[in-house]
Amino acid sequence: MSLDKEKIKHVAKLARISVDDAKVESLTKDLNSIFKFIEQLNELNTDKVEPLTSILNQSLRSRKDEISDGKIREKVLKNSPKENEEFFVVPKVVE
Amino acid sequence: MADITNQSLNEIIENVKTKKVSSTDLTKAYIKNIESAKKLNAFVTTTFDQALDKAKQFDNKPNFDQLLPGIPLAVKDLFCTENTKTTAGSNILNNFIPSYESTVTKNLWNNGSFLLGKLNCDEFAMGSSNETSHYGNVINPVGDQLVPGGSSGGSSSALAADLTPATIGTDTGGSIRQPASFTGTVGLKPTYGLCSRWGIVAFASSLDQAGPMTKTIKDCAIMLESMSGFDEKDSTSINKKKEQYSKNLKDNIKGLKIGIPKEYRVDNMPKEVDELWEKGKKILKDLGAQLIDISLPHTKYALPTYYIVAPAEASSNLARYDGVRYGYRSKQGKDLIEMYEKTRSEGFGDEVKRRILIGTYVLSSGYYDAYYLKAQKVRQLIKKDFDDSFTKIDAILTPSTPSSAFKIGEKTNDPVSMYLNDIFTVPVNLAGLPALSMPAGVDKQGYPLGLQLIGKALDEQKILNIGYAFEKNCGFKNEIKKWWS
Repeated sequence: MSLDKEKIKHVAKLARISVDDAKVESLTKDLNSIFKFIEQLNELNTDKVEPLTSILNQSLRSRKDEISDGKIREKVLKNSPKENEEFFVVPKVVE
Repeated sequence: MADITNQSLNEIIENVKTKKVSSTDLTKAYIKNIESAKKLNAFVTTTFDQALDKAKQFDNKPNFDQLLPGIPLAVKDLFCTENTKTTAGSNILNNFIPSYESTVTKNLWNNGSFLLGKLNCDEFAMGSSNETSHYGNVINPVGDQLVPGGSSGGSSSALAADLTPATIGTDTGGSIRQPASFTGTVGLKPTYGLCSRWGIVAFASSLDQAGPMTKTIKDCAIMLESMSGFDEKDSTSINKKKEQYSKNLKDNIKGLKIGIPKEYRVDNMPKEVDELWEKGKKILKDLGAQLIDISLPHTKYALPTYYIVAPAEASSNLARYDGVRYGYRSKQGKDLIEMYEKTRSEGFGDEVKRRILIGTYVLSSGYYDAYYLKAQKVRQLIKKDFDDSFTKIDAILTPSTPSSAFKIGEKTNDPVSMYLNDIFTVPVNLAGLPALSMPAGVDKQGYPLGLQLIGKALDEQKILNIGYAFEKNCGFKNEIKKWWS
């Protein structure tokens, strides 16, 4: 299959990345060559193969449901680009 | 004393222990080297004052029983370091100062070492030449216009140029082993789960592993011992007894069975790579190992599988960079969605965007089965190839890379040709196995080439032993002229 410019704009929208019209052309070319490479996998019949979901021979551990940290609001907010005392600040979402 | 910085980590540790050099003088020697090596662009951040303080503290109250007593270390800028900027080579993290320390670096500091600086890398570790970093290309000390490999390119360059006695990188598809091969150094990707991923900027979580990059095999064993170990904070960390890799290092490999996979002889591979592989086989055979031809039939599908799995996981991991909680935020964007889109467009570089788009597409509704599920199935076949082979052999010997270091700009216009550089390293990540790249010779231009040893899961000691025996008998010497200072 091949990806056209419209499809790429749609995927960029899903990924929340704005893409300039000027760049869509080269992106289309690059992604199509990558997908052509990826689609070699279609040569293989995998009907009877179980998908590999974990590389480890162990199941995920569970831990006790208890609080192990907290009270670090200052640390959490320290790197925010914009803040207001106790909150992260974003552009206005409701009128 | 002769220049201490061109010695191995093990030799440096001995010199510190026998008080031939103080931690302060050692640190000063590296700072001097780093300051005269700006051309290589290996560092994003340096922490000299902090390092000198720590060195002084050590000298005042030394503890020589530690694995890394008073040793300054620079690390890849993908490891979060408390109160020291951590960029992952990206503009989107250009102002990020973590309030926590990654488990792996914390382990290193607990063993007596301290931070010298943060090393340049491909953006979010996505690259094979260090050309995708927001902080500029890194130069390979082997030659002026050469890439140092990637993504741990700052690490390999700094190590080979004597700017740090040893270092650590991360390896998702070859990002430790390929740069090690390009700079004539040793790099180990451990078994998935041996080193904690906690506090490492995530790329593809089912493939990412941290590991040592060093000048010798013995150094590699010391570093692995220092950085590995179970960590409750990483859900895929393996809970097992800690091994003493350096103490248990042996050079007797008599009777070991070494698999030689026929699928690793690829088209257009330079003759020198093939000759080097032959040389490696002969060395191991002369040491009493038995060579066995094996087949890993799904090898050619490893890279296409990787370029579904890794971008899919990356697109999900990198969704967190939204300009709200930390990192860069665009000044443009009149509403929330537009702020996200502009932030991510301005914050990420081209290769990262490309991979996020691939990942978003292969996970999107209607395409999941055709791509992601298919890739998971082929990944199973690739793992099974290794499982089947390892019932009859102890380790596998292959070339590390299909070529030596290439020139800056040579492959940037063709993503697929860049991706092909990882053809021999990627299968190991998909199967979660440990693999070591060790320097073995040079090509006709004099550029280093490496050989790769792949082991069974958690069989790091065995591949280190084979590497140790190989190193003693290979006669490789990394002769780098310091043209940059």
